[in-house]
Amino acid sequence: MLAAETVQVPLLEVEGLFKGLHKEDGTLEVLQDVFLEVGPGEIIGVVGPSGCGKSTLFNALAGLIPIDRGRIRLNGQEVPNIRGQVAYMQQKDLLLPWRTALDNAILGMEIQGLKKSRARKEAMEILKFFGLEGFQDRYPHELSGGMRQRVALMRTILCRKKILLLDEPFGALDAITRLMLQRWLLRVWMRFRPSILLITHDVDEALILTDRIYVMSLRPATIKRVVPVELERPRSATEKPLIDRKAELLRLLEEEIVETET
Amino acid sequence: MKRFWMDSILPFMLLVAIGVFWEAAVSIWHIPSYILPSPSRIILVIGERWNLLVANSLVTLGEITAGFVVALIGGVALALAIHSSRIVERATLPLVIASQTIPVFAIAPLLILWFGYGMGSKVVMAAIIVFFPIVINTVDGLRAADPDTISLLKVLEATPRQIMLKVRIPQALPFVFSGLKIGVAVSVIGAVIGEWVGAREGLGYLMIHANAQLQVDLVFAAIFCLSVMGVTLYALIGLLERHVVHWRGA
Ligand SMILES: Nc1ncnc2c1ncn2[C@@H]1O[C@H](COP(=O)(O)OP(=O)(O)OP(=O)(O)O)[C@@H](O)[C@H]1O
Ligand SMILES: [Mg+2]
Repeated sequence: MLAAETVQVPLLEVEGLFKGLHKEDGTLEVLQDVFLEVGPGEIIGVVGPSGCGKSTLFNALAGLIPIDRGRIRLNGQEVPNIRGQVAYMQQKDLLLPWRTALDNAILGMEIQGLKKSRARKEAMEILKFFGLEGFQDRYPHELSGGMRQRVALMRTILCRKKILLLDEPFGALDAITRLMLQRWLLRVWMRFRPSILLITHDVDEALILTDRIYVMSLRPATIKRVVPVELERPRSATEKPLIDRKAELLRLLEEEIVETET
Repeated sequence: MKRFWMDSILPFMLLVAIGVFWEAAVSIWHIPSYILPSPSRIILVIGERWNLLVANSLVTLGEITAGFVVALIGGVALALAIHSSRIVERATLPLVIASQTIPVFAIAPLLILWFGYGMGSKVVMAAIIVFFPIVINTVDGLRAADPDTISLLKVLEATPRQIMLKVRIPQALPFVFSGLKIGVAVSVIGAVIGEWVGAREGLGYLMIHANAQLQVDLVFAAIFCLSVMGVTLYALIGLLERHVVHWRGA
């Protein structure tokens, strides 16, 4: 059993999750019997073919869409509505163009009812850590893609939730910026120790960052395989155990391509 | 720099060319000034009747401004109501759109009857005309918010009020401004027609009066004042827009 491997009670546990999306021409079955679990402070990867339902899964875990069937447990307790328990960074950075970088970062705190001045002060303290020092008064259109991503991540972290859902946080960036942000994400993780669920298209990224990778199948998506990574951090994409796991992951994903073609 | 050249110098040159042609045509064909006064004569009249023109311009400007403010407050309020209640939307939106088929100018005499010869009737006239573009644009703007941004706010557990204040209203601002820009041109027309139908002062009144006395040069001088007023108001709104909606196209 998977549960036997983790000693602690999983922070987040998903079991038998089904979700169909309604369209004009009927229902599109997207998620079929999806399961996963996340321990405290773990980083979990989710990979799968494009359009298989990864974002849909996160939308459900963020409480944005209701699930058709299944259980979502937090600390072993089933929760009727998970909204507000997790922080969610969607595929797009979704920065508000009329707010400065700093004010975008504090959006969550502000909505939680914190005074703007308090929230700004708190955010200023970690601004340097996010590499945004001196850029706090810039508007999103004046920031580079990497900076925008960091502002979005800062906003997500500042919600002060134990669980972060990150949907392809570095997907739109160039390779070098992406590498830098991956390292930096690890530093953020070491400092704040959140549990992270990370969707990615990049197998290397999943291997370098995560403790465990859930591989999803084509739609209707199930969890096809769980690949444990369990290597010391920091890792390098060129080390042998990592390359072995990469081969396995790529093979699993390639099977899905074959299925599309037939 | 090249943009500036294309955008302001070229139209200005065309305007000068038209003026020169006009001046020449009037003097070559000896057109009497009670039919078509020459530009130089119009400029002369503007100088001679400066005080009269300014006084009447201020009246018309006051009517337009008041009408604008009324329409802005009422239009935004109705748009917010339409946005937040389906019942209000169903009930009012078709009427607002249908009201556009009523030629507002045709009801000008009624407005004079109801609101008098003074400023009131012209304010109402201008307000009615500006109201529509403001309502429609604001409703569009409130709806324009990106659904993903809305869901971000929902994940952050924002209340509907917070979503309104932090996302929908800022998002709608550029739309409100384009409504205002459409409104500004027609509001000038509205106020003038109101004055034509019945008034004791204002540029429209001045035009009717001067026309009856065959002072066509004064009519043209009044038209000139109206154009300046329209262009200035448009430019002011543009300036305000750039200040308020500073995050756009910078
Ligand atoms: N609001 C919606 N209504 C109906 N169908 C949708 C909706 N959103 C997504 N879909 C469909 O559901 C399927 C799963 O979408 P989803 O965005 O979860 O995939 P994904 O795995 O995140 O893809 P990608 O890797 O491209 O981000 C897709 O086929 C998509 O076309
Ligand atoms: Mg996706």
